[in-house]
Amino acid sequence: MADIPQSGPRSRVPAIALRIVTEIATLAVTLLGLLLMTFLIGRVVPIDPVLSIVGERATTEQYDAVRLALGLDEPLWKQFAIYVGDALQGDLGTSIRTREPVLQEIARYFPATLELATLATLFGVIVGVPAGVLAATRPGSLADQVVRIVGLMGYSMPVFWLGLIGLLVFYGQLGWVGGPGRLDATYEMMLEFTIVQYTGMILIDTALNGEWAMFGNAFSHIVLPAGLLGYVSMAYISRMTRSFMMNELGQEYITTARVKGMPEWRVIWVHAMRNVAVPLITVIALSYAYLLEGSVLTETIFAWPGLGSYITNALFAADMPAVLGGTVVVGAVFVALNMASDILYRLVDPRAR
Amino acid sequence: MVALRVWLADPNPTSRRQARLGQVWLGWLRLRRNPLAMSGLVIVGLLLLVAALAPVLAPHDPLVQDLSRRLLPPLTPGNLLGTDDFGRDILSRVITGARITLYIVGLVALTAPFLGLLVGTVAGYFGGWTDAVLMRVTDIFLAFPRLILALALVAVLGPGIENAVLAIALTAWPPYARVARAETLTVRNSDYIAAVRLQGAGGARIILGHVVPTCLPSVIIRVTLDMAGVILIAAGLGFLGLGVRPPLPEWGLMISSGRKYLFEQWWVSTMPGLAIFVVSLGFNLLGDGLRDVLDPKSAPK
Repeated sequence: MADIPQSGPRSRVPAIALRIVTEIATLAVTLLGLLLMTFLIGRVVPIDPVLSIVGERATTEQYDAVRLALGLDEPLWKQFAIYVGDALQGDLGTSIRTREPVLQEIARYFPATLELATLATLFGVIVGVPAGVLAATRPGSLADQVVRIVGLMGYSMPVFWLGLIGLLVFYGQLGWVGGPGRLDATYEMMLEFTIVQYTGMILIDTALNGEWAMFGNAFSHIVLPAGLLGYVSMAYISRMTRSFMMNELGQEYITTARVKGMPEWRVIWVHAMRNVAVPLITVIALSYAYLLEGSVLTETIFAWPGLGSYITNALFAADMPAVLGGTVVVGAVFVALNMASDILYRLVDPRAR
Repeated sequence: MVALRVWLADPNPTSRRQARLGQVWLGWLRLRRNPLAMSGLVIVGLLLLVAALAPVLAPHDPLVQDLSRRLLPPLTPGNLLGTDDFGRDILSRVITGARITLYIVGLVALTAPFLGLLVGTVAGYFGGWTDAVLMRVTDIFLAFPRLILALALVAVLGPGIENAVLAIALTAWPPYARVARAETLTVRNSDYIAAVRLQGAGGARIILGHVVPTCLPSVIIRVTLDMAGVILIAAGLGFLGLGVRPPLPEWGLMISSGRKYLFEQWWVSTMPGLAIFVVSLGFNLLGDGLRDVLDPKSAPK
């Protein structure tokens, strides 16, 4: 982003096109670097990939055959080239535990994470933005202090611990929500046989199938983890909204609007909000990306079969292709979301063009 | 005392040191008016105190097991916060855990900013290709989710406290590099740097002697704000069994070992989690207040 060429006053469209090309080149380099890093981690990890396939009792011939098949006798740069070539074709290796292609497995785990992260982000935005605006319009007031403290607590909370407490109180004591997992065991069976799985996201699939009892059950399971992750995301969003809004409210156009006699809600929600929304997009995208990255710990606590659990379970089974494949996917999603928010930012904000 | 205060608050300082200390004093006065920041300072101070005096404060040996006294509830005589599944005193373990947390936080606070400063100042000072390459590397590290990168690194290095520190430090340096680079860019072309360069100073000398000191204040604030995140990641690694090895009383590890008993003996997991929360809240409050003091733009009116 540092070396974007200065555009002259000639025409605007080619300059934007040039920037998008630069962005895409940057994206390509970043993704290549990502692959280089996972490749290197995979090479220095003290787990012999050959041994983990052939097992301890293989003969030397079997061992050498697999070693050749994996291309481990090639020079390192060539191995990396093969790795990149495979990744570009969607081949992130084969899981050692299940013998399935890693990408295929991830495609199965990803909807669970996507569902959780989306719901959490929705919660974060719906609560966080108004809270931030409230705090910004009454700086120093009790409401401001409360928003600030609640936000700081969200920043400081070990999510896995909050998850355990949540389970203890809302599931164990009160019985208001479903326990770990995405569904009760009985519905879990039904999911396999009676539901057409369009998206892999249970809330959407059950709604499309008209299975409302199952929808309710799925909701009772997702509400706690999504609420907790949403709280953390809300802490971040409300804080940023407050600071952006404070900044806007000090601008002269706001004074002008007030002097004109415009109602205060219109000044805030129409005039100021339009400018606050621009940087806020980046903030929301970033927090969404952080949630998508698997929320490893929350998924562990809630036995949520998502990307985070996939990676941690693979790690404990010493299944390095799965760990590294998962890491590449997560990194790529993260980079892509960042890039998308950057481009959106440029499109929305005329000053950034 | 009074003379010192007058000297510090003098609007016409006679020496550079007096001016500088006067600024620090004014900053402290502003910080002292901020109750949230002061409570953060108290919490961090308490953490340091508890860690320093842990062997004196802990009523029991944190590692000694007593199976006849396992899973006792809080407020049991002799075990204020109860005991865990091996009959170890939870209060003593939480107190001793403060040392481990402080050890991890301290090591990360020393190594990660060092690496970030080095990368950021070199990139900012030399510019051009050096800058492009180093910043690209920084972006790649930023593109990895921190906990997952730390997990992968611990998988390479093997579990253990030093490896956890190394993994966290390797995931924590990129923001410092960004901050340091931005600061470097603002001073790179200033006259005093040009003067030093004309006197024949080389790149290393200019960076270490003149650029790094300029970057330090903003990096230090960043460190304070980051410490809460470091505590949470360290606890997360411990919780997953990838950080400190048992039987050491690391807070994250203690939460994970109490998980089995969550519904019957809630206190085993709850107490260490509370410690993590309070300490990380303390760092956040302090960092927040420090930023307000040093950056008046963000201060509440």
